[in-house]
Amino acid sequence: MHFSHRHLLGIQGLTAEDITLIMDTAASFKEVSNREVKRVPTLRGHTVVNLFYEPSTRTRTSFEIAAKRLSADVLNITISTSSVVKGESLKDTVKTIEAMQPSIIVIRHAEAGVPQMVSRLTRCSVINAGDGSHEHPTQGLLDMFTIREKKGELKGLKIAIIGDILHSRVARSNIWGLIRMGADVTLCGPPTLMPIGIERLGTRITYDLSEAVRDADIIMLLRLQLERQKNSMFPSVREYTEFYGLKESHLQLAKPDVLIMHPGPINRDIEISGAVADGEYSLILEQVTNGIAVRMAVLYLVNGR
Amino acid sequence: MDLLIRNGRIIDPYNNQEKIADILINDGKIVSVGTGIENNESVSRIVDAAGKLVVPGLIDMHVHLREPGQEEKETITTGTRAAAAGGFTTIACMPNTQPVIDNKSMIEFILAKSKQDGVVRVLPVGAISKELKGEELAEIGQMIKAGAVAVSDDGRSIQNAVLMKRAFEYIRQFNIPIISHCEDAALSAGGCMHEGYYSTILGLPGIPSAAEEVVVARDILLAEAAGARLHIAHVSTKKSVELVRQAKKRSANVTCEVTPHHFTLTDGAVAGISLTCDAKEAKEAKHEFDTNTKMNPPLRDKEDVEAIRQGLSDGTIDVIATDHAPHTRTEKEQEYGRAPFGIIGLETSPGLVLTELVDNGMLTLSDALSKMTVNPARILGLETSGIVPESRADIIIIDPEMEWVVDVNTFASKARNCPFHGWKLKGRAVMTIANGRIAWEIE
Repeated sequence: MHFSHRHLLGIQGLTAEDITLIMDTAASFKEVSNREVKRVPTLRGHTVVNLFYEPSTRTRTSFEIAAKRLSADVLNITISTSSVVKGESLKDTVKTIEAMQPSIIVIRHAEAGVPQMVSRLTRCSVINAGDGSHEHPTQGLLDMFTIREKKGELKGLKIAIIGDILHSRVARSNIWGLIRMGADVTLCGPPTLMPIGIERLGTRITYDLSEAVRDADIIMLLRLQLERQKNSMFPSVREYTEFYGLKESHLQLAKPDVLIMHPGPINRDIEISGAVADGEYSLILEQVTNGIAVRMAVLYLVNGR
Repeated sequence: MDLLIRNGRIIDPYNNQEKIADILINDGKIVSVGTGIENNESVSRIVDAAGKLVVPGLIDMHVHLREPGQEEKETITTGTRAAAAGGFTTIACMPNTQPVIDNKSMIEFILAKSKQDGVVRVLPVGAISKELKGEELAEIGQMIKAGAVAVSDDGRSIQNAVLMKRAFEYIRQFNIPIISHCEDAALSAGGCMHEGYYSTILGLPGIPSAAEEVVVARDILLAEAAGARLHIAHVSTKKSVELVRQAKKRSANVTCEVTPHHFTLTDGAVAGISLTCDAKEAKEAKHEFDTNTKMNPPLRDKEDVEAIRQGLSDGTIDVIATDHAPHTRTEKEQEYGRAPFGIIGLETSPGLVLTELVDNGMLTLSDALSKMTVNPARILGLETSGIVPESRADIIIIDPEMEWVVDVNTFASKARNCPFHGWKLKGRAVMTIANGRIAWEIE
């Protein structure tokens, strides 16, 4: 097997074989993080630039650690969107960074499509670390990797994705990947946060949380992006929590070995009750740990091509 | 300085005529039309048009020339040359310049400047509201007296229904239409492409069809109530077409236009998936998030494109107009969400009409040409009488068989923001005669 992509822009463009290869590679890199000296020479002499136009702690840190464990040199550039307004254009920033000859640019941006645009402007490999509401492929991959680690395989699993699907790049990446891997995906959230035509990807939609979690193997929650809800997407957080907040009582409806996932950061007691987040079914911290292995795999594979 | 066009197939939608004949032009006017017109010593050039179509100059009633104020995008000089290269001898320019064309001095400026710099006729459209703010009426009467052919707040739909009602009532005293860009600003706020399956998978904020349709419905009802003329700019959705169809059945004084991109492309183009409506010839999809697929109204879905084609065919849609909207390369090289709305269209419009509508039998040649000549002329109240003696010599020669590839680098326009770069089209204007002078001819 070899990885045929120079960039990782989204999961939409990946085949089941691509996804399996990334997960298999991640499994072998995961062991590196358990060593005393957590470093392999794979990317020695290569520079990875983390170009972040949106504030992010966990994703940027995860990419940084992943690159360092592969012995790459890492440069973090954080550009606040406000300074961009009067400052340099994206094209000029990318051209400037390229002139420093990095091997890989990891980019996050509030506008959908920016990684695609950057990939057309540069000879470097580009990894999408989240673009607007479009995709967050490494999050989708680490979620699938975590599920596979726990359940053996993705095929045939019943997976419920709950929350603000409309604004969620995590949801889109997971939907593309999970469907491609043969999982059975149900989406649940208020109708105002359910994007038009999403069922064409092969998902089911329900507005009833109990129905969504019934017999689920995995319940995946999305962070309610409170800053995006100003236009009366739903009446109140209190009402949202009553209808769509995951509580312990819901777990009775799911499979006995159901597992709970959340990309973080969580709004405790809003989309997920504190008890569930901290409970025995929660994989939230394992997702963080696996994120490093998956990002190591992605950095390695795009660079190797 | 006479010009003699010989043996062309004249198609004249103004007079419903089709014949092979010669045309003699002198001093900006057509002198005679007939077979076997003799050459004489005052003829300075004879054009052999055998096998070609000789047609009244095309009219584009929806163009943004950007002058004054945004000359980095386009000027009257470059915009009128782009028009000539497309086969247009008359264009109506929209008032969203800087400053806005919202008073008679600005109308006079456009007319004087275009007389000086332009190679085709430019007819200014005045603003409905002062500074396009949608708050109070501009001096519409004075603008019309100075030469405005219509009024429009194009690009910014008037949100205040009372102001729109007044505008319709007020223009009843003049023989002009209101050209309405129909968009509910609250419904479209933040959107940058059609709201549908592709906006969902691309994660781009959507502009729902209803943002256009609710204002189409509002303006039809307001115009009917006032007994005024309404022309709806760039219809893009199935239900907008249906609303106009119903209004026409009631004999409301409503007309509408569509752009070539709205009868050619679907919102799949934004995803780089399917550029064309028909699968007849798979056009090479370029890539996702191409900002040359971003315009307002946005590219809609397949059903909408089919409904627009149906509307063109059954006569619901009167006019094909480009909404030529030049922007600089730098502006269009931004992030999709930040790039400005709009694409240019003057130099590709007839090619797209002939290739996408006529060649496949959707429209007859004469119906297609009517939507770019006699229909906009009637809506704008132009005294144009077609290819007959004594009329203004605005004539173009079209080679209907010429196959050519769109290359933005050869455009006369200053701008390059065109999604059709690389497309193979069939049919093209090879000579444009505006007011008796050759304004453009193919190399």
